[in-house]
Amino acid sequence: MRTLKFLLQKEFKQIFRSKSIIFSIVFAPIIQLILMPLAANYDVKNIYVAFVDHDHSTYSQKLINRVYSSIYFKAAPYSASYDDAMHLIEQNKADIIVEIPQGFEDNLVRESHDKLYLAVNAINGTKAGVGSGYLGAIIRDFNQDIQMQWKQPGHFAEAQTIDVVTNNWYNPYMSYFLFMVPGLMVSLLTGIGAFSASLNIVREKEIGTIEQINVTPIRKYHFLLGKLIPYWCLGMIVFTIGMLVSRLVYGIVPVGSIPLLYGFLAVYLLTLLGAGLLISTYSDTQQQAVSVAFFFVLIFNFISGIFTPIDSMPEWAKALAYISPISHFAQVMRMVVLKGSTWPDVLPHLGAVFALGVVLNTWAVLNYRKTT
Amino acid sequence: MAAITLDNIVKTYGEKDKKVLAVDRASFSVEEGEMFGLIGPDGAGKTTLFRILTTLLLPDSGTASVAGYDTAKDYTKIRNSVGYMPGRFSLYQDLTVEENLQFFATIFNTTIEENYHLIKDIYVQIEPFKDRRAGKLSGGMKQKLALCCALIHKPTVLFLDEPTTGVDVVSRVEFWDMLKRLKAQGITILVSTPYMDEAVLCDRIALIQNGKILSVDTPENTVRKYPTKLYAARSDDMHRLLKEIRSYPDIASCFTFGESMHFTFRSDDPHNIEKLKAKLNKAPHEYLEIKEIQPGIEDYFIQISEPAHE
Repeated sequence: MRTLKFLLQKEFKQIFRSKSIIFSIVFAPIIQLILMPLAANYDVKNIYVAFVDHDHSTYSQKLINRVYSSIYFKAAPYSASYDDAMHLIEQNKADIIVEIPQGFEDNLVRESHDKLYLAVNAINGTKAGVGSGYLGAIIRDFNQDIQMQWKQPGHFAEAQTIDVVTNNWYNPYMSYFLFMVPGLMVSLLTGIGAFSASLNIVREKEIGTIEQINVTPIRKYHFLLGKLIPYWCLGMIVFTIGMLVSRLVYGIVPVGSIPLLYGFLAVYLLTLLGAGLLISTYSDTQQQAVSVAFFFVLIFNFISGIFTPIDSMPEWAKALAYISPISHFAQVMRMVVLKGSTWPDVLPHLGAVFALGVVLNTWAVLNYRKTT
Repeated sequence: MAAITLDNIVKTYGEKDKKVLAVDRASFSVEEGEMFGLIGPDGAGKTTLFRILTTLLLPDSGTASVAGYDTAKDYTKIRNSVGYMPGRFSLYQDLTVEENLQFFATIFNTTIEENYHLIKDIYVQIEPFKDRRAGKLSGGMKQKLALCCALIHKPTVLFLDEPTTGVDVVSRVEFWDMLKRLKAQGITILVSTPYMDEAVLCDRIALIQNGKILSVDTPENTVRKYPTKLYAARSDDMHRLLKEIRSYPDIASCFTFGESMHFTFRSDDPHNIEKLKAKLNKAPHEYLEIKEIQPGIEDYFIQISEPAHE
């Protein structure tokens, strides 16, 4: 116990003397949490729509005005023909072409139907999908207004439609930040935690201090605990800073219990630091350790469900996501922050993360030897 | 009782197909309270031996004991009773002088005060800098700090791996004075060095090359084992002199050695030297000077290791 105390003392002294560590645990998360959600926003705005109006009627003009009055759409330069508009798409000046056929108004009034042609630039899949969806909704709306105008009262029954009303539970305004910030916090914490933990033993190896430590009677688990505990505390601090930023900047107040989040974090950090330690015991230089840590953090971040839903991944990726602690933590974060989930809901995830932690830490301890 | 014994230690590095033999059947023993020198060039296997004795490395075969404990079985006991100063500075550079010393004292369950008498002579020299970070010390200061840290738990055996490599001449002399004082306190010291001039300061020395122990004896006896007469020659044109002596048929070996060259003859013919002089004077050298000299450890080392080079 006494040995551990001195090891911790030494470790904290070193941490607080290293400017880069202070930067990476205090300023990096603040800056990243403020910048990243703004940049990685999936709300699609500024979709450029090019109209090719062959009708030049009041109705076609009304439709065009309607589309442009939406905050999502902007006007691309006017084009007289479909080919012209296509050039705009090629030059990346337009995202969607809407072609209004000749006789659009006449057909609508007389036959009460006509066709519009939509061409979408699908290079950016999200933009294309969301854009054409919005546009479709506007056109449907427009269509209904016309029907209202021209149908005789009492003939409404003819136009029976199923009107779907959606209620967005847990995130009623579909706020992107509410969804993304808790996820990004997990991703950030994981990055910082994994890197600093994977560096710590390797650093002693590279500087040569481990030689000196290994000839002392320090016990293996004392040394490893002396390495784990400080970084565990740092993880807690990083998370707290993240929570403060998300509250102050994005106004996110967790619906569920905050102690529950910290409880889960406590176990998660053990697992994460175990992974870092394991990398540390296998590497000889800091560069090696960082490369390996980077590889794993990147892969597990992408399949964690933070950026894309796990359910739409192929089976092998789902399996990977299941053994990755990041995906469990990301899910728990969203469950507790958005939905207010409680202990019983979180328990399966906690179990999985804990089991992984036991495996990784045991492996690391077995692989760390004082003799070579 | 011997403080350190090695019995047929063998250690190889690398994979099956390209194995490098680092230590080849090394055996010797160091008496208690002795200052024992391990002398050999870079890559001779000195550090490997140190790592085996300090329980950082397991030998492929053979046994070793330190302070009466087996290096393979009783490694925890050895770690409590030895001090090790690796060749590379390996203290915490971001901790201060005092913090480093404090740290190593506490992990051995002792305090600086308790064993201050052991390090006092050395520590007073670095005490003015005790609040300076170890990384910012000069080379000589670092060595002194490392020695303090290796001594702070009052080890019975001290391992010093090339403690004076990269240290200036004055600090080297100082360092060896400190070692003498430590020896006077009864601490067994195993020290390695590539410098032959430091070898004479040890009680006994082992010459090591290519992992093999070539000889173990006192420095005086080691030198006495030199088999033939040794001569030194110098002139104003050393380059020509070297070529001429080497081309002389009766010469066994000839090496430049500082400002002169040392050479030996194949036979003990007393007229050798006159014959050589006569030959050299065919094309006279200015200031030609040839005399018989006392061989040093380096001469002996070159003499016994020569076959390996040919």
